[in-house]
Amino acid sequence: MKKIEECSKAIAEAVKLCNVKVIPIYPITPQTHIPEEISKFVNDGEFNSELIYTESEHSMLSAAIGASASGVRTFTATSSQGLAYTFENLFIASGLRLPIVMAVANRTLSAPINIWGDHQDSISVRDCGWLQFYAESSQEAFDTTIQAYKIAEQINLPVMVCVDGFNLSHVYEPVDILEQKQVNSFLPEFKPKFKLDTNKPITIGPVAYPNTFMQFKKQQQDAMLDSIKIIKNVNIEFKNKFKRSYGDGLIETYNLKGKKKAIIAMGSICGTIRELSNKLKNFGLIKIRCFRPFPKQELINVCKNLNELIVIDKNISIGNGGALAIEVKNALFDKKINVRSYIAGLGGKDITINDLEKALKNKEGWML
Amino acid sequence: MILGLNEKEYFASGHRACPGCGQALAVRLVLKAAGDDTIIVNATGCLEVFSTPYPETSWKLPYIHVAFENAAAVASGVYRALKIQNKKANILALAGDGGTFDIGLQALSGALERKEKFTYVCFDNSAYMNTGVQRSGATEKYMETTTTPYGKKIHGNLLWKKPMPFIIAAHNASYVATASVDNPIDINNKIKKALNSEGVSYVQIFSPCPLGWKHESNKTIEIAKLAVESRFYPIFEIENGILKLKNIENPKDVKTFLAMQGRFKHVSDNDIDEIKRYINDQWNRLLELDKSKAKL
Repeated sequence: MKKIEECSKAIAEAVKLCNVKVIPIYPITPQTHIPEEISKFVNDGEFNSELIYTESEHSMLSAAIGASASGVRTFTATSSQGLAYTFENLFIASGLRLPIVMAVANRTLSAPINIWGDHQDSISVRDCGWLQFYAESSQEAFDTTIQAYKIAEQINLPVMVCVDGFNLSHVYEPVDILEQKQVNSFLPEFKPKFKLDTNKPITIGPVAYPNTFMQFKKQQQDAMLDSIKIIKNVNIEFKNKFKRSYGDGLIETYNLKGKKKAIIAMGSICGTIRELSNKLKNFGLIKIRCFRPFPKQELINVCKNLNELIVIDKNISIGNGGALAIEVKNALFDKKINVRSYIAGLGGKDITINDLEKALKNKEGWML
Repeated sequence: MILGLNEKEYFASGHRACPGCGQALAVRLVLKAAGDDTIIVNATGCLEVFSTPYPETSWKLPYIHVAFENAAAVASGVYRALKIQNKKANILALAGDGGTFDIGLQALSGALERKEKFTYVCFDNSAYMNTGVQRSGATEKYMETTTTPYGKKIHGNLLWKKPMPFIIAAHNASYVATASVDNPIDINNKIKKALNSEGVSYVQIFSPCPLGWKHESNKTIEIAKLAVESRFYPIFEIENGILKLKNIENPKDVKTFLAMQGRFKHVSDNDIDEIKRYINDQWNRLLELDKSKAKL
């Protein structure tokens, strides 16, 4: 049923529909509306889930790890400093192969302190072994949250569902909220492959010496690469059931057919790029929906007729450049495509149609 | 075999603790008291390192290690996951003094406040032993550690030990206790009591570390005993805010206790006098609380 809902509430609805059992929470702008909406569901008796009011994001993700290792579906959400504060636990959650789903309402990192949206937080933790999806709309955020469990629980890796802070997290728009039985038909009950169980004791989180440590990392990398196929399958299954899909699940294109030029970006800015593409008709959009695993081959395939790519990065790897641009150049290093990079929207700076129009003409640089 | 203790072993031998490790002895006793239906959450530290070198493990109980400062938060997650599935098990969070007094205090405070249901056991060996004997909030005054060396100007650690059991008790914890590894029956009884208490219960076990304290490995029990008998490490319980002190009539000279360990070898007679005064003050305070039965 279509409802006008805030994106954060749509995510909360998805969490409820996924029958998540343990939800540790801690406030930070701009993710706060997600735990607030979940808390309303729980306190109104509509949602039977254990909320844990932790005293920090560090404990928040720690509690999620404990709960997930005990064999129940687990969700949490954070932003910015909170994500940075729980940094070490990100690596532990993925290293322990726990299918936790976490929403990240993207916000920049201090200093100077700034509460507005860019992708600096989740991009800065891109190497932590979590899958990362960037949603363009509330509908996509809702759908991706449900898909995230289906993907995570098959591959035993945690998933971040990223939504632009304020620009998406606080936006009201029509969202098709699925019925409980629809979600049940798509997402099976969580059956953990291993868990803390007094009937079958196992040791989780041992010390690995140099002779075994790399094997764990190799397995994580293999699982991450294997997840590409799973993401595609989940996207197809979702489409067959609910008539909605997002490209191949990893990359989505718009107006790209017959074009020589494209803008490549992630998240809510893709909506603005679609508008400009409709107006100018001389370029297409490539939306990276899944940043980890990075869809290298899929990108090469969609770029094969292009000779010019403009990358919009809402982040900066200071000392090099935009993280997405670095990834794109790496994927296309032997292709004859002119890749130009723009740093834009840092700390919530608006990215307007005019900015993008200029970017199509100019060389590269910063949208200051 | 000690009469009255669970005969079953849950902590397999062959682990890599140093000879005479107080913590390894204490863990074995703690697990015996907890029994079959127990889940272990372990903070980073010696215990996790010496008991889980992949692919080996000493743990015959379900076990998880996550990080240094978050045993109480992980245990909270485990407890809630069991609760929502209507399952029950003893949950033990095990940590050292660094992981409890210092870096883990915030997570522990949160869990205490929320009245999660688990028993937190702190193995107190007065310093960060796993990283090589650095000072912690549990380090006693004048103890030599690698970050509080006996220098020409500054003689060892200059701060008193953080009063951790009282910080826990201030959270309205239903059960707080100290114990020493020389007394297996006492540890057994206290762990059982703790597991049957409401909310987060706390047991702090004095666990000599031959490496860090610089004593012979066969002196562990003797030192643990002398710490109690000299009133250096008071043994008490705080049940629902009421403190009960284990009385030590005619305490032994703390000088003998200090002299057995390299960590105190440099202390002067003046230092010893100061330590004695501190011990007396601490003891009198505990005795007053014990006598008054005032609720903490």
